Amino acid sequence: MIEGLQRFCRCAARTAHLMVGIPDYETYVRHRRVTHPEEPIMTYEEFYREVQKRRYTMEKGQFRGGCC
Amino acid sequence: MRLPWAGVVVLGVISSAVVALNRGEPVNAAWLLVASVCIYFISYRFYGLFIAKKALGIDPARQTPAYRHNDGLDYVPTNRYELFGHHFAAIAGAGPLVGPVLAAQMGYLPGTLWILGGVVFAGAVQDMTVLFISTRRDGRSLGDMIRSEMGPVAGAAAGIGVLLICVIIIAVLALVVVKALTASPWGTFAVLATIPIAFIMGLYDRFFRPGRLAEVSILGAVLLLAAIVFGRNVAALPALAYYFNLSGPTLALIIIGYGFVASVIPVWLLLVPRTYLSTFMKVGALVLLAAGIIIVRSELQLAAITRFVDGTGPVWAGSLFPFLFITIACGSVSGWHSLVSSGTTPKMIENESQIPFIGYGGMLTESFVAIMAMIGASVIHPGVYFAMNSSAGLIGSTAAQAAHVISSWGFTVTPEMLSQVAHDVGETTILSRTGGAPTLAVGMATIFAQFLGGRALMGIWYHFAILFEALFILTTVDSGTRICRFMIQDYVGNLVPSFKDTKSWTNNLIGSGISCVLWGYLLYEGVIDPYGGIWTMWPLFGATNQMLAAIALILCTVILFKMKRERFAWITIVPTVWLVICTVTAGLEKVFDPDPEVGFISHALKFSRALEAHHVLAPARSLGTMSRVITNDYVDAGLAALAVALVVIMIIYAVIEIPRAMSAPDSTVIEIGGPTEAVAGGGDD
Repeated sequence: MIEGLQRFCRCAARTAHLMVGIPDYETYVRHRRVTHPEEPIMTYEEFYREVQKRRYTMEKGQFRGGCC
Repeated sequence: MRLPWAGVVVLGVISSAVVALNRGEPVNAAWLLVASVCIYFISYRFYGLFIAKKALGIDPARQTPAYRHNDGLDYVPTNRYELFGHHFAAIAGAGPLVGPVLAAQMGYLPGTLWILGGVVFAGAVQDMTVLFISTRRDGRSLGDMIRSEMGPVAGAAAGIGVLLICVIIIAVLALVVVKALTASPWGTFAVLATIPIAFIMGLYDRFFRPGRLAEVSILGAVLLLAAIVFGRNVAALPALAYYFNLSGPTLALIIIGYGFVASVIPVWLLLVPRTYLSTFMKVGALVLLAAGIIIVRSELQLAAITRFVDGTGPVWAGSLFPFLFITIACGSVSGWHSLVSSGTTPKMIENESQIPFIGYGGMLTESFVAIMAMIGASVIHPGVYFAMNSSAGLIGSTAAQAAHVISSWGFTVTPEMLSQVAHDVGETTILSRTGGAPTLAVGMATIFAQFLGGRALMGIWYHFAILFEALFILTTVDSGTRICRFMIQDYVGNLVPSFKDTKSWTNNLIGSGISCVLWGYLLYEGVIDPYGGIWTMWPLFGATNQMLAAIALILCTVILFKMKRERFAWITIVPTVWLVICTVTAGLEKVFDPDPEVGFISHALKFSRALEAHHVLAPARSLGTMSRVITNDYVDAGLAALAVALVVIMIIYAVIEIPRAMSAPDSTVIEIGGPTEAVAGGGDD
């Protein structure tokens, strides 16, 4: 029961982050460990700034955010 | 599995019957809500899944771009519920809140039917199909896909269409904010306070404790609530109220200046923190509103159908067909969503089997928001509704005049009622607060106050609702300005290559300047328009938005033919044909209709003739305003004609591509990945 609640809260927190364009940091770390074990991994702060920068950088095919 | 669905069908039939059969007696809003939700579930289960499985042929075994390009940042396989939240937050905005409120002038029934029918057969189909084709193309954008599947001319036409809709959407939504804040010190104070609040949040998030989303959002929310509560004192103190009691043109200039500054300063300072506030406030307010409608179960005061179905309504001009179908754009079908569905969402989809849940389901949720907006507009007294949504040129500027005029339309209302509502919500007047947002705010305040705080808190709830709408409109203004800037840089950069460099400050300043001038011009002209701006500009917005939806659906149709799935092409052809009929009819009527109330050119000619005779026509008050009206008419006619031309170009290219696809022996579609690698050949950029 408590475990289920915890899982729900984590899911809600991840949803809230993703709603404003911040993907999950743990997933990122796991991904880097598996695919690029020799390369450095960004800290959470670096990761946070990087995804923020990406979200608002306009490039071809990088359309984000809604109006209506 | 069968039994629950039978239950949903029975409940849907019962609640629809209650809505449909109750004639002359007020219907309870909860029935409308329940009927809509049942329709959503049934259409998802039986139509959405049918399209996904049979027509599109989604393949759960096929690798998605999220796995193929997994980088932990942009391309991330994401849990479907989390992605649903992301997708919904990206498509939901002010559009579905405003359109239904304006459409309520014809009664709640025509609008509701179009919201439901439109979403099931057009809007959700578009969102899901675009999401599907983009997922099969590495999450490429709509413009890119049109270019590669239909050629460069069609691609360029779609590009111009996107720029056009962007400019118009910003202007119209900014106009909604101006109309809501004009001569409202309380609202103006609260909305202006969001700027320093965002700065505080931005600095906290950048330097003090980076990335603590919950902390910074709670900090912002507390400050925001304080601003709303303190706003009452601002309005009550004449010395303070003086600074926040602004006229429409002043507010328009402030918003234009704001849009320019906000789009050139670093995003973390203003845009990011305000996105946090607006996103969470939006979700919170919508949940609260849904709960409110269910708990309070207000009765719909508005008639199912009013006399204004004949096209003589004071809120916007034009008859039910085609204008109702462009007035409600976002809640039933919105071209804007095709940009989101081919934006970030396809890059995060875990499995193709989740496409219907996110694409179709996301749009159904958006439509649910539109239904709530329709309910919000229908629970207030019809007299109050028309007092708020008719321009001063029609109903005059005092409560007595307004009550007299509106009662003569058959919606009996007394001046005292109008003043009482204004007093309850803490404003000096509610007359001619056009644009939909204030009306919805009154509706929301009425609902909220009945279960949270009573009449004493109505003022707080009203300004909470105004702030909630203004907040995400302003977020749209600065992110939209950035999008416009990028597109302008892209187009102009084809002629002057150095202009393409998005890192150059000079380029950014010039690009932002140009985009602010474009939408700022429309906004300012809308604000000083004696007709009230919304009257003229909302149909233009709706038509361009539906035009983009038609373009996206044409692409989907072409791709279905290329996939050799033409026996299912009716799924996208039917909504395409309907949207083309609506936008082209509306566009041509707006340009050429001989009735000056509807047609821009005949309106311009009528005013030109009067101007030559030095004769001032109402609602203009001077010859100067007369010539402005004429210029606006020609500008608007040009924009409407451009929208029609773009749709026609797309149809021509579809007619060229479809026979070619049909005569090819095999699928000619350019997809990436999948079990049959032989098909994949694209990915030229």
